[in-house]
Amino acid sequence: MPEIAVPAHMKPIHAKAECLYDTYFRKGENPHQTHYCPGCGHGVALKLLAEAIDELGIADRVIVVSPVGCSVFLYYYFDTGNVQVAHGRAPAAATGLKRANPEAIVIAYQGDGDLAAIGSAEILHAANRGEPITCIFVNNAIYGMTGGQMAPTTPLGGRTTTTPFGRAAHNDGYPLHVSEVLAALDGPAYIERVALGNVKQILGARRAIRKALETQMKGLGFSLVEVLSPCPTIWKMDPVEAQRRVREEMTKLYPLGVKCDRTAERQPLPAPAPAPPLEELPRILQIPEEEPAAAWAKAEGAVDCRIRVAGFGGQGVLLLGQLLAEAGMDYGLEVSWLPSYGPEMRSGTSNCHVRLSSKPIDSPLVSQPHVLIALNEPSLRKFVGAVQPGGVVLYNGTEIPADARRGDVAMYALPFFEIADREGSAKAGNLVALGALLEAVPLLPAEVVDRAMARVIRSEKWLELDRRALKRGREALRALKNEPAKEPCHA
Amino acid sequence: MPRQLIKGNEALVKGAILGGCRAFYGYPITPANELTEAAAYYLPQAGGVFVQAESEVAAINMVFGAAAAGVRAMTASSGPGISLMSEGISYLAGAELPCVVVNIMRGGPGLGNIAPEQGDYFQAVKGGGHGNYRCLVLAPATAQEMCDLAKLAFELADRYRNPVMIVADGYTGQMMEPVDFYSTAAAAPRRPEWAVCGTAETRKNLITSIYLQPDELERHVRKLAAKYREAEERETRWENYRTEDADLIFVGYGIVARVLKSVVELLRERGIRAGLLRPVTLYPFPAREIRRLVPQAALFFVVEMSTGQMVEDVRLAVEGERPVEFYGRCGGNVPSVEEVYEHVVNWIDGRAAEAVREVASHA
Repeated sequence: MPEIAVPAHMKPIHAKAECLYDTYFRKGENPHQTHYCPGCGHGVALKLLAEAIDELGIADRVIVVSPVGCSVFLYYYFDTGNVQVAHGRAPAAATGLKRANPEAIVIAYQGDGDLAAIGSAEILHAANRGEPITCIFVNNAIYGMTGGQMAPTTPLGGRTTTTPFGRAAHNDGYPLHVSEVLAALDGPAYIERVALGNVKQILGARRAIRKALETQMKGLGFSLVEVLSPCPTIWKMDPVEAQRRVREEMTKLYPLGVKCDRTAERQPLPAPAPAPPLEELPRILQIPEEEPAAAWAKAEGAVDCRIRVAGFGGQGVLLLGQLLAEAGMDYGLEVSWLPSYGPEMRSGTSNCHVRLSSKPIDSPLVSQPHVLIALNEPSLRKFVGAVQPGGVVLYNGTEIPADARRGDVAMYALPFFEIADREGSAKAGNLVALGALLEAVPLLPAEVVDRAMARVIRSEKWLELDRRALKRGREALRALKNEPAKEPCHA
Repeated sequence: MPRQLIKGNEALVKGAILGGCRAFYGYPITPANELTEAAAYYLPQAGGVFVQAESEVAAINMVFGAAAAGVRAMTASSGPGISLMSEGISYLAGAELPCVVVNIMRGGPGLGNIAPEQGDYFQAVKGGGHGNYRCLVLAPATAQEMCDLAKLAFELADRYRNPVMIVADGYTGQMMEPVDFYSTAAAAPRRPEWAVCGTAETRKNLITSIYLQPDELERHVRKLAAKYREAEERETRWENYRTEDADLIFVGYGIVARVLKSVVELLRERGIRAGLLRPVTLYPFPAREIRRLVPQAALFFVVEMSTGQMVEDVRLAVEGERPVEFYGRCGGNVPSVEEVYEHVVNWIDGRAAEAVREVASHA
């Protein structure tokens, strides 16, 4: 058929918005009509949204997020990017989409059950983050698609299939005023409640939806338009009567108007920083570039040393173990460091398992240690029995309690924390203990340990103190030792 | 290559970023916090996004949004949080969106405790969420594997357009070991052609998991099933440890497998030919490898930090042809080498005594 040119003055007044599909090919049956009932407000709200998208020229940039309920099939209609999501979760999914595509215009189109009930946390926090997305919130005070159950927005006294005797405050709570709740937050840029009760109201809704999208386009933050909308089918009214109800009853319960507008004072969100080149990743991830052990001697002969360090939280138990593992790694050994972790609370005990081995480490658990460092008496009593015969015990104290002594292991008592205190801070007691250990068991060369310390202990002040503490620990142990060191760790 | 002494949880995040991950949506829970904290620290510097969500429900749906936009996205949690994410994981699988979900398993059910357990095997491997879907499930046992399997997880997630779970226990996450991060080159972020990006090129794209017509949904579900069959053919991974001549074969994963390697050595010192099969993928499960070992095996011994979950898959694979014994600890207790060794030796001695009695009674 030849194309007929339509003169400008004869362009149809009522035409489908361009960002709506002409034929709803995704719908299957009846692809020329929507799934909405006659007189349903969704049809009007969709049209207003589509026209705003057209007017703003953003169809290529739009992603419509359809959740569950009567909003579920928006992807039938919108010739834009479409993502269908779980019930109530549209603001969360929209967050992921927007953060991935800051240039996109992301629209979550949600009903009252979806947004105000199951999705109440998601909408509250998206609004509070000032997430730069737009929510179209269609409030018809009922669950439509599931057949007329109570919504959080159902008025008191309202009869629904789940409030057959009318919504009662004592049992069902009160109608939820979503826009007012969200407007009380600092995050949102623009929130307005509109209605579809007559032409004037619809024109107001049209202006509000456009402003909400513009708010997003300008990068000003979160915007939401609550649309009071008729549901003639579930309300069991004809469309005219349903529209009257929106106009005369719903607007009394849910007053129309701008609930918050910070668009004048808000600055646009900063553009995300450009991604660094891939070659930069190792530096950003703080992955070492050079071979740490390159300059150092490697361990010779078979090593298998299992160490348990135990004490109170705050004694530096974990750092002591970590330094052993770091130095062991630099020395070319296989190592593992395993903390026994607990809840972060007062008077917790702390202990860790450290293994240094010339072979790959099978189990990182040290149930029968060669070396036990017990920084308090409970730890000594708890673990001393498990120490392997011929092993070494280092204990923080002036003497080993008589009933915790064993004849088949070398036991040394030194007041690590007192020694450290004399050096400047009792906090370095763990390093005194490490020094004593290295003196008792010649496991790692001094320079390897010192290098590991310099890497792990970032503060110059502490490094200097810790080095002194380590030296004092060595000296104290040497003074204490009246027999040559046993070497339980070298098989 | 340079090695870094690092916690498994942190190694996993670095591996993920090297594997192209650019979005992490998380919620605090012990013992997975190092993952979330490392992501919060590194991702924004690496050109990625980190958001602490209001709940695990929101976190997984933020991952859904990022994945729908074609970004390599992940989250991490522990048992109770994974339960909350299960809805979203089903939607991700249904919508064929790739993502990585990490479960640093803790003691359950309910609030349980924060000590290590393997009680979420069923949840990870058999479903968790609703409907006909599977997650591919990886089970690292070392800090190095936490890094390497994170990279692999993103590759698999993309290849199959499906969520991939990494399940580790609290110890594997909290343990520090040397890690070499340079085993593979860093992956460049990309956007697949099906993604919804708010651009003219992607305008026609639709991400959805709804198929109203039964025939349509059946077609979709069968397509998913075909992907899982393909993954079973191609992606099953495991480690054999001294199984060549073994007639007592242990099966265990994660931290338990490390304990079992020591047990194998102790048993061999006693003259018992023991070996270990360590599943690296829990789904697809290395059932075929277990079948291969059936003829040589006298006995399979499954050890888990649970009351017996993976053991069901071992029994399915063995098909009743060999005895499958089980030893489990739970509640946050990790079995020691000595304890497992003693249990197995007692079991064998008991069996021997029983056999003698049987022979005597027949005589």
